[in-house]
Amino acid sequence: MSLILPGSYRREDAGQPPSLYPDYGSTVSRSPREPLVKIPHTLTETTGPANAWSRLMGESMADLTSQHNGEPLGQRIVVSGRVLDDDGRPVPHTVVEVWQANAAGRYIHKKDQWDAPLDPNFTGAGRVITDAEGRYRFISVRPGAYPWRNHHNAWRPSHIHLSLLGPAFATRLVTQMYFPDDPLIEIDPIANAVPMPYRQRMVSRFDIETTEPNWALGYVFDIVLRGKDATPFENGQ
Amino acid sequence: MTPEQARPAPRQDSQDPAIFGQTPWQTVGPFFHYGLPWKGGADLVGTSDIGARPELMPPEHYLLASPSPKGEIAGETIVLEGVVVDAEGQIIPDAMIEIWQADAAGHYAEGNTGFVGFGRASTGEDGTYRFRTVLPGSIGEGHAPHIAVGVFGRGLLKRLVTRVYFEGDPANASDPILALVPPERRGTLMARKQDGAWRFDIVLQGERETVFFDV
Ligand SMILES: [Fe+3]
Repeated sequence: MSLILPGSYRREDAGQPPSLYPDYGSTVSRSPREPLVKIPHTLTETTGPANAWSRLMGESMADLTSQHNGEPLGQRIVVSGRVLDDDGRPVPHTVVEVWQANAAGRYIHKKDQWDAPLDPNFTGAGRVITDAEGRYRFISVRPGAYPWRNHHNAWRPSHIHLSLLGPAFATRLVTQMYFPDDPLIEIDPIANAVPMPYRQRMVSRFDIETTEPNWALGYVFDIVLRGKDATPFENGQ
Repeated sequence: MTPEQARPAPRQDSQDPAIFGQTPWQTVGPFFHYGLPWKGGADLVGTSDIGARPELMPPEHYLLASPSPKGEIAGETIVLEGVVVDAEGQIIPDAMIEIWQADAAGHYAEGNTGFVGFGRASTGEDGTYRFRTVLPGSIGEGHAPHIAVGVFGRGLLKRLVTRVYFEGDPANASDPILALVPPERRGTLMARKQDGAWRFDIVLQGERETVFFDV
């Protein structure tokens, strides 16, 4: 019986974090200890709901600054970039879900008890779809840093959470976008779970071309998903 | 001062695709509930609003979708549910589960019509997730009916992937993926019928640790 399908995707590369990274305390009791069982990609892994996202999740919400009656506080930003596979090919018409804290570093989530102000005009949830060339763009405010309880004086760098389905179950990705001028990145255990130089991939680039005069700072962030792979599967490989 | 010294050294371009491979995974963290799990995301066959946790945000800040009409869906409707627990057996109230499955005839619907075999559920304060879906058919000769599962949460730097199989299905004996799992651990991939639902607990670590796959 052949397990190999021509539509297989590449495996994770050297730039992915481990499941267990003790400096990020809650990985210790939440990561498996048994080795992962490597399996070939069947139809289950090479298909996905890529074309059904709007039926599932609803329409695009690309402007996080216009979801309420007034303007949110904070530095207005435009985040744009391309979704590519690791052969450099664009991933068109794929959904990018985003969520983030407000400019003071506070989430609208009721379990976020940090003593920074909520902003009635900012939720921090959005969703965009890439165009035929894999391009996406959304408008938001720069999120603030926030403290967390991982260790003494722990602060998360400013970040935007991003979630992508890509074309298949195997191409799913959830990541975080950081900002280029942030000194907290190098002391953050979540970012540092990713080895250098790959960690740099998660740091956006300030971009004067997409900065809008008298309106918003532009940041560019390209997202690279797994591409197609032709390597045959060998058990125990 | 030379002209070179007057200009800062160019910084490495973090967005240069020539330098790096895939974008790294990062955790969803504890506060994903207003960004990812939409109402009805865990109901693949009906219009209930299971899957979301709207009580975790003020109502005016719930912007995610509401349940969409699903139309006529062939097959046996099932409930798939379980708890997510950590190494100490503590339930995990801030996990998210995604499923991807074929329809009752064994076909993956990728288009804009028919059954979409994708669902998303947050765990509740009791650590339980719950989906309403259809019993999937076999995707091909030798393949037993199964549902692909992704597990996300605070403390999970990247998705954990597993599969639900259905205890008692004779096709399990011939499934090529189950055959790659050590026999003594296959039981962790079996959903069991309990009180009318298919029960599938996810144990992240420790005794009875669920089998997770490298896909
Ligand atoms: Fe966060």
